[in-house]
Amino acid sequence: MAKMTLEELRKLRESSKQELERRDNSGKDIHVIVGMGTSGIASGAKYTLEAFVTLLQEFNITNAIVRQTGSMGLDHAEPTVEIRMPGMPDTIYGRVTPEVAREIVMQHILGKRLVDGHVYDRPSKDIMG
Amino acid sequence: MHERLDDYILDIFQNAVEAGSSRVEVELDDSDEHIRVLVKDNGPGMDAGLVRKVLDPFYTDGVKHPNRKVGLGLPFLEQAARQTGGTFRLDSQPGRGTEVEWSFPKNHWDAPPLGDIPRLWLSVLNYPGQHEVVIRRRGAGIDYEVRRSELREALGSMEDVGALALMEEYLRSQEEKE
Ligand SMILES: Nc1ncnc2c1ncn2[C@@H]1O[C@H](COP(=O)(O)OP(=O)(O)O)[C@@H](O)[C@H]1O
Repeated sequence: MAKMTLEELRKLRESSKQELERRDNSGKDIHVIVGMGTSGIASGAKYTLEAFVTLLQEFNITNAIVRQTGSMGLDHAEPTVEIRMPGMPDTIYGRVTPEVAREIVMQHILGKRLVDGHVYDRPSKDIMG
Repeated sequence: MHERLDDYILDIFQNAVEAGSSRVEVELDDSDEHIRVLVKDNGPGMDAGLVRKVLDPFYTDGVKHPNRKVGLGLPFLEQAARQTGGTFRLDSQPGRGTEVEWSFPKNHWDAPPLGDIPRLWLSVLNYPGQHEVVIRRRGAGIDYEVRRSELREALGSMEDVGALALMEEYLRSQEEKE
């Protein structure tokens, strides 16, 4: 593989966008939010973030964004990820290794069923303080 | 020390952005027998008293890490660098910005593993905000510079999945040896 130039990157992006516009793309519906506070980083949140990018691309789930946030207050359950999408309740998952990320993509995002054993409640403020 | 060098870099980078810097430079050079890292920002900086505090492993502001156990952050980084015969430097000027520079000898048995560089840059560049990031990378047969603003302009987004997948491909291709 030769080094890609910025110009090549721009062209690749343009052509994939045109491809998407030909399909019926209903906006950026799926939000994947990865907790990247200090304890998230120390538990390997980088791998989780990369896994979601790779998996969503692999399953052709193009109407998704992947972003980072600070600690979700669940330091014992890092890496943590919140999924927001139509048709499913906003859900926080904990202990999300790349393998669990695959389950979340296949079962939660594609299958619209919660992934057992990894669902966590958002901690209330007084517990966090 | 069982932390990873890429995690230290991400942690120190985040400190710089969270402090309110509009521009952060990250240099990573492992072209000789040391791995050298520089994280430089134009944020608010710290006065001497605050620098002393942030380098003290027993200091915590008690809010962000009420019961912190993880060995990331500046005090742990300094300790890890010195224990392996490396170097550590923190220069900060109130109103001007902060520089953190450190190195590890590559062949020390206790030096933290460097990790996968494109994956590190993906997390660095995807970190939310309007700030500029300049990445300078040198290694044996490797020499490139990446700017967040240029990638954002080419990709139109730093969060869209398609954009991120292409960005990672781009970053991987930069790591190819000449
Ligand atoms: N680059 C920087 N610019 C300004 N202030 C900083 C910087 N890095 C660290 N600090 C200050 O030091 C404090 C603690 O740093 P550290 O323990 O490494 O980070 P944290 O615990 O927030 O991950 C921060 O909350 C901030 O006040």
